[in-house]
Amino acid sequence: MTTGFAAVPRTATRPVAVAATGGHRKLPLRRQLLLQLVCLFIALTVLFPIMWIVSMAIDPRNIARPDGLDLIPPGASLAAFAQVIKQPTENPVSFPQLAANSLFIAVIIAVASVGLGVLAAYAFSRMAFRGREALMIAVLAVLMLPAVATLAPLYVMLSKVQIGTFNLRDSLFGVALAVTSGQLPFAIWNMKGYIDTIPRDLEEAAAVDGASKFQAFWHVILPLSTPVLAVTAFFGFIAGWTEFYFSWQFLDHPENFTLAMALNGMVGQYGTTPWSQFAAFSILVALPVSVVYLFLQRYIVSGLAIGGVKG
Amino acid sequence: MSVIASASAPPRRSLWRRTQNTRTAYLFLLPALLVMLVITFYPLVFQVWMSFTDYSLKNLRVTAPAPNYVGIDNYLRILQNNIVIPNFDFMRVLVFNLWWALSNVVIHVILGVLIALILNTPGLWLKRFYRAIYIVPVVIPPIIVATVWRNMFDPTNGAINFLIDIIFRLPPGGFTLDWLNEPNPIISAGPFVLPLAYFALLAANVWLGWPLNSVVATGALQSIPGELYEAAEMDGAGAWAKFRAVTLPYLRPAMLPYAIYGFVITFNLFYLSYFMSGGGPFGQTELLVTTAYRLVNEQQLYGVAAAFAVFQFFILLAITLVTNRVAKATAQFDA
Repeated sequence: MTTGFAAVPRTATRPVAVAATGGHRKLPLRRQLLLQLVCLFIALTVLFPIMWIVSMAIDPRNIARPDGLDLIPPGASLAAFAQVIKQPTENPVSFPQLAANSLFIAVIIAVASVGLGVLAAYAFSRMAFRGREALMIAVLAVLMLPAVATLAPLYVMLSKVQIGTFNLRDSLFGVALAVTSGQLPFAIWNMKGYIDTIPRDLEEAAAVDGASKFQAFWHVILPLSTPVLAVTAFFGFIAGWTEFYFSWQFLDHPENFTLAMALNGMVGQYGTTPWSQFAAFSILVALPVSVVYLFLQRYIVSGLAIGGVKG
Repeated sequence: MSVIASASAPPRRSLWRRTQNTRTAYLFLLPALLVMLVITFYPLVFQVWMSFTDYSLKNLRVTAPAPNYVGIDNYLRILQNNIVIPNFDFMRVLVFNLWWALSNVVIHVILGVLIALILNTPGLWLKRFYRAIYIVPVVIPPIIVATVWRNMFDPTNGAINFLIDIIFRLPPGGFTLDWLNEPNPIISAGPFVLPLAYFALLAANVWLGWPLNSVVATGALQSIPGELYEAAEMDGAGAWAKFRAVTLPYLRPAMLPYAIYGFVITFNLFYLSYFMSGGGPFGQTELLVTTAYRLVNEQQLYGVAAAFAVFQFFILLAITLVTNRVAKATAQFDA
């Protein structure tokens, strides 16, 4: 119905001059081998922590503490995974329960930051209005602050919101609100940067055809912004999925605990958690978001490049 | 039809029309602004008020009494290092935090560019394979990176010490350096203190940080027209001259904003300090963000924490202004 994904290839395939550094000659074999060694060494440093964790997680001996560097375990077993799925910490909470709590926070943050943010991003990108400068500075100022900056006031403010036995601070919804507080300015900024790069011709054509601002936004800008919507939602999702500081500070009841809180419980210096289970738990937390990240990566990278060129 | 109407419209109507753009804009902004007003801007203003009170646990309940006004007491307590956190030294934390961000970003950018250059060598085999592997640290959540590296630096069962055992042909468990808790600092000059734990944190953050820099650098490298190199070669330029005359001018405008962004991100990086070293030994790897967190989470001194956040705001503002100036100065240098 609309022009659809026209913007996607435009930004995803940026100008690529393949033979950039120098030309047509073939690489001499000695240099080739030397560079291969360097690249291989770098690859090993990148993969080293991952091999260490994966080998501990699948080691059939279910090690409490490893006594040597076994990057390739003597066999494979999913016993450690089974144990952490059942009960990762001493608290009587299962992995699915923790994951459901983190998922709840993550989805709220993703939906709220994109849904509210994209409207504001469009206004900042496309409209001239009184107070624009001041509002943009306000958003940027918050963007500069770390998430911890609002910890104290949000903690005391949300603690005062008590309805019967429900305390907003001591709830997953309260945590989601607190994270959204920092995530929304980022979402606005990120999406504004992308909308800035969409040519205005299409909206102008729509305006000539009698479309209102909102129709132009809905039928032209929104479909063209799909990549940045996905990326921004995903960043919001990660922020919620791995959220630690607000949930650790806010939540009192084990049935509300999140993945990151359980992880924190497993890594204490005097912790009794077997390392095989810590490794399995880390993989279970990281894998879903890491895989999605790999798929979205080219959009994220092209977004970064746009931001970089714009300065 | 509306054009004709406006020409002869009374003054009030014309004001209504003149503000139409602003009104439409605010309609789009309203949802986000309302939410931010309640959960972002109001808390930040409330925090400034809190910073002049002795807000603490006893004022927390719904029916609790209001906290007492204490003037600039909280600010003074922070500057006089009198905030209950053991080994707290405001100057030392600030200096360490600045050095932490600076040293990381410099290493990230240099490694990122170097590796991008290597991977951009024409005719290199397995480029796509290496690119696919090198992106891995980027996609792993930082909290996982931090906890895994803490585990790797364990003195008796950690991967790093086992690796050193293998390299130096020691028996497994032979090398037991306690990287994250070694009490004697490597460098100690006034407020500038770098314990061994700093280098462990640095190793983890370099692992985490260079790949994205490399991706940004690769994007910039691939936007360089090949003819420029050919022209430089015809002028008899060597590899270094080509790098300075052709590559660097294309890299700088892409890398500099990203380096500034990386500086702020690293300056506020909570996870590595909190989870790897726990700020230790003796608070020497504590950052402003982790200190702020401990003030709320462990000390429950909400008033002091609020004052600390106000300090943080001004420090970050100063950093933003300085980095903007640096960016502008370098841009002029380019032109």
